[in-house]
Amino acid sequence: MTTDGQAGDGRGPRTFRDGVRAGLPYAGASGVLALSFGVVATDLGFPQVAAIVMSAVVFAGSAQFAAVGILAAGGGLGAAVGAAALMNSRFVPMGFALGPSLRGSRARRALEGQVVVDSSWAMAARGDGRFDRSYLFGHTAIQYVAWVVGTTLGVVTPNLDAQALGLDAVFPAFFLTLLAGELRDRRRVGVAGAGALIALALVPIAPPGVPVLVASSAALIGLRRS
Amino acid sequence: MSGSTVWAVVVLCALTTVVTKGVGPAATGSRELPAPVVRVVVLLASALLSALVVTNALADGDRLAVGADTAGALVAALLLWRRAHVIVVVLAAAGVTALLRALT
Repeated sequence: MTTDGQAGDGRGPRTFRDGVRAGLPYAGASGVLALSFGVVATDLGFPQVAAIVMSAVVFAGSAQFAAVGILAAGGGLGAAVGAAALMNSRFVPMGFALGPSLRGSRARRALEGQVVVDSSWAMAARGDGRFDRSYLFGHTAIQYVAWVVGTTLGVVTPNLDAQALGLDAVFPAFFLTLLAGELRDRRRVGVAGAGALIALALVPIAPPGVPVLVASSAALIGLRRS
Repeated sequence: MSGSTVWAVVVLCALTTVVTKGVGPAATGSRELPAPVVRVVVLLASALLSALVVTNALADGDRLAVGADTAGALVAALLLWRRAHVIVVVLAAAGVTALLRALT
């Protein structure tokens, strides 16, 4: 959002092609994350084909890591799926935000809403509460390709050690990059600080995923006029 | 882990993801959000992304833990402040983390 222009600056909506172009570096980072998912999942005993299929049909990094990690630690079906659902719970408020910018019937909008990932959602935001729909699709499309290809590479490449390669640091760095594009004024900086504090306070007492969901409540300060 | 459990997890995770992503757009339809809600929406990304950063950099399950990956994230923050490219930021974070792990 720093370099590719914020809508609301007099230009029209950004296109699918704009989304693909701006999404490329993020897709590169996503590919590295997906690679580490493939490595970690197979290391933990997840069947190779299942890891690739999971990336193709779930396509949500933190949820996939959570579910596989819990299974590997001896957790049951319910615990694994529940943790993944909580990890994904942030998509509920994100979906409410996006809904009016999509097209067609409610069913069609629910279908189009499947296209959301963190980076496409954050970067498709125009800054006025609306989202560039085509740009969102383009940004997600290139991410999807990177996600599935990266997972496949991670699964088939022997003897990769995701920890030794520091791949777990890719996640926070990726989200930091998106956050840096958001922090354009003092109000957003304040909300980001509050969200971080809420999440950290909840980590020791709430299941994974819940701290991030509850942290979204920091945005409720927006109910007050600035 | 048994094969049937693995596939059940894959299918159920896919279904819950469809529901979490679909429920918002299905509920709003074409209705415009009221102005106060729009102001919340505009701030939502800042809250969610910063929470994702700190939980990924500092949380290890239900424990808060400073590790090599925390240092990697700090380097990423520094590079972003210096306006480095996203690929540089991500690779530097992984590289610093890997280096620290190799040294310790």
